[in-house]
Amino acid sequence: MSTPVTTTRDWQAPLMAKARWRPWEFVLWAAAFALPLVFPSHSLMVNEIAIVALFAMSLDLILGYTGIVSLGHAAFFGFGAYAAALFAKHVMPDPTVGLVVAVALSALLGLVASVTILRGSDLTRLMVTLGTALLLLELANKLDWLTGGADGLQGVVMGPVLGLFEFDLFGRTAAWYSLTVLLLLFVVMRHIVHSPFGATLRAIHDNRLRAMAIGVPVAARMVTIYTVAAAIAGAAGALLAQTTGFASLDVLAFDRSADVLLMLVIGGVGWLYGGVAGAIVFKLLQDWLSSVTPQYWMFWIGLILVLLVLVGRERLLRPWTWFGGGRKA
Amino acid sequence: MLTILFDGIAYGMLLFVLAVGLAVTLGLMNFINLAHGAFAMAGGYITVFAMQKAGVPFLACLPLAFVLTALAGAVLERLLYRPMYGRPHLDQVLFSIGLAFMAVAGLDYFVGSSQQNIHLPEWLRGRTEIGDGAFLLGMGHYRIFIIAVCALLTVVLQAILTRTRFGSRLRAAVDDPRVASGLGINVNVVFLLTFAAGSGLAGLGGALGAEILGMDPTFPLKYMIYFLIVVAVGGTSSITGPLMAALLLGIADVAGKYYIPKMGAFTVYLLMIVILMWRPQGLFTRKGAR
Amino acid sequence: MTSATVSNVNDAPVVLEAQGLVMRFGGITATDNVSLQLRRGARHALIGPNGAGKTTLVNLLTGVLAPTAGRIALLGQDVTRLAPHQRVARGMVRTFQINQLFDAMTPLETLALVVSQQQGLTRQWWRALGSSKAVAERAGALLEQFHLADVAQQKVQHLAYGKRRLLEIAIALACEPRVLLLDEPVAGVPPGEREELLATVAALPADVSVLLIEHDMDLVFSFADRMTVLVNGALLTEGAPDEIAADARVREVYLGHGEAAHG
Repeated sequence: MSTPVTTTRDWQAPLMAKARWRPWEFVLWAAAFALPLVFPSHSLMVNEIAIVALFAMSLDLILGYTGIVSLGHAAFFGFGAYAAALFAKHVMPDPTVGLVVAVALSALLGLVASVTILRGSDLTRLMVTLGTALLLLELANKLDWLTGGADGLQGVVMGPVLGLFEFDLFGRTAAWYSLTVLLLLFVVMRHIVHSPFGATLRAIHDNRLRAMAIGVPVAARMVTIYTVAAAIAGAAGALLAQTTGFASLDVLAFDRSADVLLMLVIGGVGWLYGGVAGAIVFKLLQDWLSSVTPQYWMFWIGLILVLLVLVGRERLLRPWTWFGGGRKA
Repeated sequence: MLTILFDGIAYGMLLFVLAVGLAVTLGLMNFINLAHGAFAMAGGYITVFAMQKAGVPFLACLPLAFVLTALAGAVLERLLYRPMYGRPHLDQVLFSIGLAFMAVAGLDYFVGSSQQNIHLPEWLRGRTEIGDGAFLLGMGHYRIFIIAVCALLTVVLQAILTRTRFGSRLRAAVDDPRVASGLGINVNVVFLLTFAAGSGLAGLGGALGAEILGMDPTFPLKYMIYFLIVVAVGGTSSITGPLMAALLLGIADVAGKYYIPKMGAFTVYLLMIVILMWRPQGLFTRKGAR
Repeated sequence: MTSATVSNVNDAPVVLEAQGLVMRFGGITATDNVSLQLRRGARHALIGPNGAGKTTLVNLLTGVLAPTAGRIALLGQDVTRLAPHQRVARGMVRTFQINQLFDAMTPLETLALVVSQQQGLTRQWWRALGSSKAVAERAGALLEQFHLADVAQQKVQHLAYGKRRLLEIAIALACEPRVLLLDEPVAGVPPGEREELLATVAALPADVSVLLIEHDMDLVFSFADRMTVLVNGALLTEGAPDEIAADARVREVYLGHGEAAHG
C-alpha cells in the first residue's frame, strides 16, 4: 500500500489557520505606530519598548521555539550596539547602512558562537552562553581605545534615516524608525516560526531524538537559528546605539540577559507576541519602580521573578486558581 | 612564580569550599541554584557583624557562619526550593536568579553597598618567605590558614561520603533517587541535610574568603560565574572533580591576572568555553555519569 | 496473517548489512560481534530474552550509538560514520520501543512535519507549514489510514496510549522507508487496538524490508520469514522460523523458559 487512500477532507485549512493574521494584530500594530503621533512626549518610551521587544523576540526564537537556554544573549545585543556606534562614528552616519552592517556582523558572531551550544546539557549551555557574554564584556572593557571602556562610546551622531527623516529631539523619528525595523523583522520571524523550518525547531525542542529519527539535521538547524537570533539581537542593539547616540558596557552586562529572560517569562515563551507583551510590562514596571524605589528595584524584579516561577504565569493572571486546583504542566 | 602557584592554590581551595555545595545540589537534586553565592555572602556578613558588633573572635565566627547559614539553607530548602525540584532547568535558573537579586538588593538596603572589612587577628597577618629569586615562595599566613582549613574540610567531606552511612545514603540518592527511596532511604531528609550542609559550607567559605575576595552586596553575582565554572568543569559525580577544577581555576585566574593583566578574566572565560566544548560533561566526571 | 513476501527472498539483494558490530560500555559488552543481513522485502524478526541487546543493536544500526567496532552498510553504501538523520534520508527508519513523539504538537502537525522533511521542504522558512497541498493531503491520508483522523487536532500528550503507538508507526511510514526497524510495535497496546496495529504491520509494502523486534511469539511466527536470535549481545543462531522453533538451543535459552510472553 505505497499509495494510500486519498483523503477527501481539507487538511490544509487547520494547518494554515495558525499562520493567519488575526484582526487584533492589525489593531495592535496600527496603535503602536500611532502612539508617537498621539503622545509625542512618550516617543522615547515607545522607542525603548520597541527595541527590547525586538531583543526579547530574538531570544524567544532560540529559547521558546528551539529550547536553547541562553544566559548571555546580550552578547549579540551589545555587539550590534557597538558595531553600529563604531560604524556611524568612523565610517558613515547613515542609520540604515549602519543597521545592515551591524546585523551582518552580529550574524557572523552568532555563527561562530553557535558551535559552542551544540553539545552538552542545559547547564553547559548556560555556562557557555554566560561565558561568551562575559568574554565580550571583558573585551569591550579592555579595548577601551576602541570602545571607550567604562565611559562608553560617546559622540555618535546619526544622519537622517533614508536621507530624509532627521532624528528629532522628541524621539518621534527614533520611535518610528525602531517600530519599522521591529515590524519588518517581526514579519520575518512570524513566517519562520510557522514554516516547515520553524516546525523542525519546535520538534528539536520537543524531542531531539525523534527529530533526528525523522531526518532533521539537528545541529545544522540549531546553528542556523542561533545565527538568525544573533542577527536580530544585533539589530536591536544597533537601534539602541543609533537612537540614543551612545553605547556603553551595560549593553553587554548580565543584567541585560537576565532582563530579557524575565520579559519572556512575563509575556510567555513560544509565541512571538510574548516578547512584545513582556517588553511592555517590563518597561512600564521598570519605569514605575525606578521612580518609586530607585536603588532597590532589583529587589522587586527578583521578587516578581520568584513569584512568577513559583506560581506560574498562567495562574498568576488568574487569581482564582492561586489556592488549590491543578497546575498546567 | 611559586608564590603565584601558592596564591592560586589558596584561591582554588577557597573556591572549592564555596562551590562544593552547588556541585552536590546539582548532582543530587538536579537543581541549578544560582543563588548559591547569596549563602556565601551571608556567611561573610555574619562574620563581619559578629566581629564588629559582638566582638566575637575570628576563629569562632567560622563555625558560627557555617551553622547559621546551614540553618537558613534548611529553612529555605523546605519552604522554597523543594517545590522547584522537578521543574525545568530554565525555571530553576530564573527562580534562583530572582532569589539572588532579592538577596543582593535586600542586603544593600539594610547594610549599604560599601565593602565590608574584616580585621584578622594578629597571628593570621604576616608572611613567611622561603627561597629567593625566581623560586621565592611568599606565603601569607592567612592563605596558609585557608589552605589548611579547606584541606581539612575536603578530607572530612570525603570521609563522610565514603565512610559513613549518611554518605552512602547520599551517594545512593544521587545515583538514583527512586531506587534509593524504595530501599527505605528518606530521600527528603537526605536532600534537606545536604542542601543545608552545602549552604553552610558556602557560608563558611564566605567567612573565610571575605578578606581575600571582598565582601559587598554584589558578591553573589560577581562570583557566581566562578562557582558555576567549578561545577560545570569539575562535574557533579564526585567531590574530587570540583576540587581539581577549583584548583585549576584558582591558579589560572591568579596566574592570568599576573602575567597577562591586560587580558584578565578573559582567559578564564575562554578556557572554560573551550573545555566545555571539548568535554561537555565536565573535565573530571567519570564516563557515563550525568 | 502473513504479509506478501518477495517470492525468492533469499535471492533478493541485501539492503542492510551489519558486519562484526561490537558495542562496549566501560566493562560491559552490549553487542558482541554481531553480523546481520537484511534482504529486500524481507520480514525479518529479531528475538532474544530481555537484556539481549536488541534495542542496542537497533541504536547501532540507526546511528544513535557509535559502535566500538564493526561496519554497517545501507543499500550498498557504508553508513557507519553517518549521523542518524543522514541514515533516515537514505531510507532507514525506525520506531521506538517507548514512544518518542512530539508531545506539544498535534498528530496533524507531526505528520505534516515528517512529510515535509521527507520531501525536502524543511529548509523553507517563508511559506507556512500547511501551504503545500501535497503535504497536507499525504499527512491527511496517513491520519485516515491509521485511524487518527478524529484526534488529529489534539495535542499528542493528551492521546490514549494506543493512538500514540499508532502515531509512532504512522511517523515511520511517513518517512517513506526502504528499511524499517520496528522495535516492539505492539508493546503495551491494549488488545482492542492491537488488531489495527497488526493489520498495518502486515499490510506494509512488499518492497519495504522490515526488521521486527518483538516478544510476542504468535506475531513473530506469523510475520517473519527469517529470524535472528540474540542472547547476551551475541548472535545465537539465524534461520527460517521453523528451523528456529526446532532449534534446541533456542528453546532452552528463550522459548523453553516459559517466556512466550504476550504484550
